[in-house]
Amino acid sequence: MSCEKIDQIIDKYVDEKGYLIQLLLDIQKEFRWIPKEAVMRINQRLKIPVSEIYRVASFYTSLSLKPRGRHLIRLCLGTACYVRGGPKILDSIERCLCITPGETTADGRFSLETVSCLGSCDLGPVIELDGIYHGRLTTTNLGELLSHCK
Amino acid sequence: MPFLTCSDDLAQLQRVLLAINDYKKPTVVLCGATGCDTLGAKEVVKAFNDEFKKRNLENKIDMKETGCLGSCERGPRVTIQPEEIAYFRVKASDVPEIVERTLLNGEIIERLLYVDPVTGVPARYLYEVPFYKYQNRLLLDRNAKIDPKNIEDYIKLSGYKALAKVLFQMTPDQVIEEIKKSGLRGRGGGGFPTFQKWDSARKASETPKYVIVNGNESNPGTFMSRILMEGNPNVILEGLIIGGYTVGAHEGFIYVRQDYPLAIENMQASIDQAIAFGLLGKNILGSGFDFEIKIVKSAGGFVAGESTALMKAIEGRVGEPRPKYIHSSEKGLWGKPTVLNNVETWANIPLIINNGAEWFSGIGLAGNKGTKIFVLSGNAINTGLIEVPLGITMRDIVFKIGGGIRNGKKFKAVQIGGPAGGMIPEQYLDVPIAFDELEKLGAKMGSGGLIVMDNETCMVDAARYFVNFLCKESCGKCVPCREGLLQANDILTKIVSGKGEEKDVEKLREIAETSSVASLCALGATSANPMLTSLRYFAYEYEEHIHRKRCPALSCKPLINFYIDPAKCMACTLCSRNCPVKAIDGAVGKIHIIDQAKCVKCGTCFDQCKFKAVTKISGEPVPPPIPEEQRIKRPAPRSRGP
Repeated sequence: MSCEKIDQIIDKYVDEKGYLIQLLLDIQKEFRWIPKEAVMRINQRLKIPVSEIYRVASFYTSLSLKPRGRHLIRLCLGTACYVRGGPKILDSIERCLCITPGETTADGRFSLETVSCLGSCDLGPVIELDGIYHGRLTTTNLGELLSHCK
Repeated sequence: MPFLTCSDDLAQLQRVLLAINDYKKPTVVLCGATGCDTLGAKEVVKAFNDEFKKRNLENKIDMKETGCLGSCERGPRVTIQPEEIAYFRVKASDVPEIVERTLLNGEIIERLLYVDPVTGVPARYLYEVPFYKYQNRLLLDRNAKIDPKNIEDYIKLSGYKALAKVLFQMTPDQVIEEIKKSGLRGRGGGGFPTFQKWDSARKASETPKYVIVNGNESNPGTFMSRILMEGNPNVILEGLIIGGYTVGAHEGFIYVRQDYPLAIENMQASIDQAIAFGLLGKNILGSGFDFEIKIVKSAGGFVAGESTALMKAIEGRVGEPRPKYIHSSEKGLWGKPTVLNNVETWANIPLIINNGAEWFSGIGLAGNKGTKIFVLSGNAINTGLIEVPLGITMRDIVFKIGGGIRNGKKFKAVQIGGPAGGMIPEQYLDVPIAFDELEKLGAKMGSGGLIVMDNETCMVDAARYFVNFLCKESCGKCVPCREGLLQANDILTKIVSGKGEEKDVEKLREIAETSSVASLCALGATSANPMLTSLRYFAYEYEEHIHRKRCPALSCKPLINFYIDPAKCMACTLCSRNCPVKAIDGAVGKIHIIDQAKCVKCGTCFDQCKFKAVTKISGEPVPPPIPEEQRIKRPAPRSRGP
């Protein structure tokens, strides 16, 4: 964990108002999650109570207080994906990776999250794998997709 | 890059841009939005570039990436201008043929055209495609004409003309009067008259004032805001600047989901360009009016789209709504007068200013003016983004634009208004889509989700799905929503698992009614809709689940079993080979049997069977396996198996 990196991110927000969420999003972009060290550093430098930082970080669904794997799978279970077979894809991922939503595989390769809509309802079922959308998923092309992630 | 210092500069720039535009030059227009991109649009773009280079056509044919037209499912879309020949599902391998036959020889490639699934007639040109033909695309049409990263494209189509008109020819009161006459109501779901918000913020004495774009689109089944932000960001900026001028604000915020990277990128590019052109920043167009816009990324959460919660999120705090006895237009962001409108509402403003309130109020029904963008999804044949005049009937949307139901199944319901909307059955398909009419049916307009459900969708499970969503998204601040939804979710889960009891329906109704009157914000108050509409229109399904332990739609897993009909089984082994838990016993020439104890009801066998031998059974026992000696079957012809 690089404290220097955390400080660089905090530096951008020193004079801004209403920065906490944007700051946490940037921290997460860098580290893939929000480590305790970052929370403590924000507290020290910006004088925001630790409780407030945790409150915000635990409230918003995109912010993660747990380490995430090298690849992040975000499966859409929005209405359109749901009626088009999203739950089947979830079953298949759960069986194949032995994790449930919110968990990370033991080898740290994948984390699985479900989201309520990715806004690509026409292409359902959809997953976002490391920030890239993949649509028209079937259990077959899903396996192929995941096998490319090392 | 010209820095515009007066409104004449803007008009002059538009004239120059129009004059240098060669309308006859062949242009390949590709959709560059998220949907087509996911389906491989980038490879198609590359293939066109390579082909042009190879044939030395780079100066003879233009290429342009635009926003989305809404039929993402048929992407990647390619339109050849000026003829407007429309090709769908284009692959990189199709590109050499398109260049050779269409661009160089003017021929149309039949196999890439859209074919009407009902009549089988191909549509050669974009305007012939039935999906577009029945729409009134005031906002969406420009998406296909504009490169969202090029402000000049927008200016060419009279962009920022409304801003110039407002700054130099209209007083703020005249703008409010115009919006009032237009009859525009908020497109985010509430349907609150836009002019009222603006008027009370304008009259509020405190300063500074703020204007906000709500782009925290988190309703499952909607993406109209994303498409507008990705495809035509300038129209939103223009609306927002006009709003700022009218209410007396000098700062605006665009609150966008961080899951929408392209929307953020295009909005930011437009802000930067608008500043460089003198359309944003200090002394806009020399009028003396200063205005800045900042993008704030949302960290997720459905409830953070509620106006008061959203303002807290911009302040960097936890997004919990507050009671609204004082309106945000008086005390909003940082306690100052604030106007918050949905993306689509802001995008309508320049249209109204340019074309006049009378023109706008000529579209739609009394009290429901203008067009509304919906996302048509679910089990319709044509799905995608549609823009229709308010007052259109659900039937026209589902059957004319949507082309009916997929795979020859039957229509059951339309779910409208997002998760807290309602499910509307067939007998109300002819009711016009309007704010008040929908409320009478127990649904609501919402931000524009329209999910078509076929006869294989279980309405009890659908209600459970929406309640579960709302339960997870509840911020937890007020009791009726936090505790009520939790209980409702438990009850509905019990019913779909076959453990429902007689008194459950009554309890559910009680929870729904309490939540609708006692919740703090709209999330809790409208959470009753999915429960009450499903109880009102599909009571039969509740009864079947509770009393007969049967799911009439054959969809609730705990209540169904898969069974292979021995008379239809061709003993091809396709299902048994694909079964993830090896629950199917059988071999080539030996009729297959599902071991019910092992079956996880994933439905793979049902999807795979080419002979419809796998059936679903609910509410009755599975027939016992046939005796071993009767399981002999003549081997299926090889070609039938894969």
